[in-house]
Amino acid sequence: MGMSRVKKNPRFAGFYLGLMFFIMYLPIAVVVVFSFNESKLPVAFTGFSTIWYEKLFQNDAMLEALVNSLILGCLSTFISAVIGTMGAVGLSKIRWRSKGAMEYLSILPLMIPEIILGMVLMAFFYMLGLPFGMLTLLIGHTIFCVPYILMEVKARLSGMDPALEEAARDLGATSFRAFLDITLPLCMPAVLSGSLLAFAMSMDDVVITIFINGPRVSTLPVKVYTQIKTGVTPEINALCTIMLGVTLLVLGASALVKRINKTGENADEKQAH
Amino acid sequence: MRKPKNGGVWMILPLYLFTIAFVAGPLIYVVALSFATANEGYGVTWSLTTANYTRILEPVYMKTFVQSFQLALTSTVLNCLIGYPFGYYMARLPDKQKKRAMIAIMLPFWVNSLIRLYGWIIILQKKGMLNHVLQSLHLIDKPLKILYSYPAVVIGMIYVLLPFMVLSVYSSAEKLDWSLIEAARDLGASGTKAFWTVTFRLTMPGLLSGIILTFIPSMGLFFIADILGGNKIVLVGSLIQEQMTRGSNWPFAAALAVILLVMTTLMIALYRKLTNAKKLEGMGWE
Repeated sequence: MGMSRVKKNPRFAGFYLGLMFFIMYLPIAVVVVFSFNESKLPVAFTGFSTIWYEKLFQNDAMLEALVNSLILGCLSTFISAVIGTMGAVGLSKIRWRSKGAMEYLSILPLMIPEIILGMVLMAFFYMLGLPFGMLTLLIGHTIFCVPYILMEVKARLSGMDPALEEAARDLGATSFRAFLDITLPLCMPAVLSGSLLAFAMSMDDVVITIFINGPRVSTLPVKVYTQIKTGVTPEINALCTIMLGVTLLVLGASALVKRINKTGENADEKQAH
Repeated sequence: MRKPKNGGVWMILPLYLFTIAFVAGPLIYVVALSFATANEGYGVTWSLTTANYTRILEPVYMKTFVQSFQLALTSTVLNCLIGYPFGYYMARLPDKQKKRAMIAIMLPFWVNSLIRLYGWIIILQKKGMLNHVLQSLHLIDKPLKILYSYPAVVIGMIYVLLPFMVLSVYSSAEKLDWSLIEAARDLGASGTKAFWTVTFRLTMPGLLSGIILTFIPSMGLFFIADILGGNKIVLVGSLIQEQMTRGSNWPFAAALAVILLVMTTLMIALYRKLTNAKKLEGMGWE
């Protein structure tokens, strides 16, 4: 094959890619490694210790922020799962003229710079007279969580046979029953993986949160942000490592859901044949 | 023979209501706000004025725009230089390694950018890792002051935005028809010449969409400038944040946001046109 001559990477390429990936992961590795460092100075590893984790868990303000983040993440994910799933199913059925515009508009929060979304929401909530706190955070987070679920479910629906639900309707099911018994179970994997992404994004957000959290409520990433600005402490390393762990767990769960669903599908196909 | 599909209406209702109330509503409100006048405190007077927009033209604020633009340009150019070979070499890896490289590049997307930037603080700070390593190798006498400077902000920008560039270059290099390059080589072109006349031209769309995806965000990523640049580098994003909090001139902040929003929308439209054009033409960008 003559192809291999042009498609083969020069030896330099391997070195370059290796170096790039090394630089990419270096800052993450540094944070994790130094969270277990005995010394306060992050220059050399002097010995393994979990002292910074212990200190972290004695910090009440941090724990309160963690609880806030968890509540906010769960609630906004749940609400956006309901809105996003119903919306995606609804969008697949209607033939309105406004459909394209609505789809574009509901995904817009992912495309505009976060700072603009944060600023816009701050002004809007103030105009409405909503007190800045959990409620404004909940609405704000739901706004950028909906698109993740909407897109996942939409992708799933596009690969689904509409005849299934029609059959149920023909057999006398109301549209609500048909949705509950046929469409929803089939969409569930997409709802789950979309929800996990949305949860991860909610647990992660700083920029939008910082505009709408008000003076009393803080979330974990906001706490990290304000701490980072004042300087480097090993407790932040520990905190960042925990956040990293949670993100990886959520991602792993999301991948697992997708894989289980795929093998399930393959098994179904095999049975059918 | 299809049944009327009226079941979709109530399903769609929450999405429609929510999106109109909390996506369209705030955006429209901010456009209106950008034409209002600021009072003392956070109040505004509703008067149709373009003063907020003309104020942007004042030298102080123009300087911010120019500074943001320069920073965006610097980081975009460096992003191209670093990201193009990255994406290109990645596309030429054997399939199995390609898959691994893909996962490796996607993973940091999900790691909070704060954590990643914090890692850079540890590395770059005066008593940090980089200085420690350089000093123990006797390459420098005094520690370098990289943190809280312009280069630190550029490093942060490149670091956060590079994956976007790599992925778009990768996706167009991946679809490349290698037999074309082979043909060029067979016809006597040198490796370098074949690259510039065939490969580079065919991967142009990827590079261009990478530029679009990274340019505007780098004008709004105020927290990178905030964390890595200290207070020295003021970007449009930082200016908006300042006007919303300490400056308390919301109509002016709204005008700045509208300008940034218009620029973003234009970039998105350009991106869509580009990717669609690519689809239609199959591969080439002419």
